[in-house]
Amino acid sequence: MSAARIVELRKDVLDHHDQLAAGLRTRFERAGVVVVNLLSSPGTGKTELLGELLAHLRAEGRRVAALVGDCATENDGERLAASGAAVRQIVTEGMCHLEADMISAHLDGWELDELDTLFIENVGNLVCPGTFDLGESQRVVLLSVTEGEDKPLKYPQMFHSADVVVITKIDLAEACEFDRDAALAAIETVRPGARVIETSARTGVGLAELAHVLAPVPSVTT
Amino acid sequence: MHELSIASAIVKQVELVAAEHGADGVDVVRLRLGRLSGVVEESLAFAWELVCADTVCAGSVLAVERVPCTAWCPACEVAVDLPGLGFRCPTCDASTTELLSGRELEISQVELSIPEVAR
Repeated sequence: MSAARIVELRKDVLDHHDQLAAGLRTRFERAGVVVVNLLSSPGTGKTELLGELLAHLRAEGRRVAALVGDCATENDGERLAASGAAVRQIVTEGMCHLEADMISAHLDGWELDELDTLFIENVGNLVCPGTFDLGESQRVVLLSVTEGEDKPLKYPQMFHSADVVVITKIDLAEACEFDRDAALAAIETVRPGARVIETSARTGVGLAELAHVLAPVPSVTT
Repeated sequence: MHELSIASAIVKQVELVAAEHGADGVDVVRLRLGRLSGVVEESLAFAWELVCADTVCAGSVLAVERVPCTAWCPACEVAVDLPGLGFRCPTCDASTTELLSGRELEISQVELSIPEVAR
């Protein structure tokens, strides 16, 4: 014989994960490193833009590193390493997003307090990675001019969570008949007041602005 | 398909609660799911049966309560429902500021089966 018992829980499903993420955030803050989580659908050009950004920041004397997540292959890690920055690949073996424990596991041996900015390129996916906090200080959501102006309306959860929205491949805007006003209106609908930066990894447009926003030069304390 | 990870995380938490109460089974797990949680209910239901197999949750029902999206309108100074995709006030069209609900991914309640001897 058994009896029913009702237990009120009111507990976040991702409680354990969020505690790990909070631990990471504390660790990053103590080390004084800005952590940027880059999110977009596959093919937006995250890796290309990040490679250029890393090279740009290194040329300015900034100390930068990157973690890059993919379901399979180390191709993107190799591409990013060409910038000269410290790069580590996280292969998720099919998993559709990065989680906080994967980040921790890939930080071993890195002196975080010797870094200014750590970039995390998430798995290309506009749904699942949005649920998992990685302890980042800034969340950047990207869309390319080739994807359609209404992408933010199709993925409101993700775009609503963005601190900065980046439009990539702006050099292809004309060829794609990209409707800039429609894209900006779509972003404004799901993330009112969002900072939007238009970029091209190929021509370098917007790189300096992006670098300034994501890796601000720390103010000198006297 | 991160619903599999979510379902596993729910089962892990419920297993702990079941052990705490000496339960030998779980009848119902009630979940509050916000519209902006990024979790698809149908995928979660599919994953649920898979992850429950061979656990104390086997055979349990996952009852999902959908939580609507509400936000604070600074112009109207009230909480407003956001029925569509936008984050503007449906009354005055101002940009809403703070999201008040819609991101929930919360186990609200579990119904356990407790053997008489353990009571």
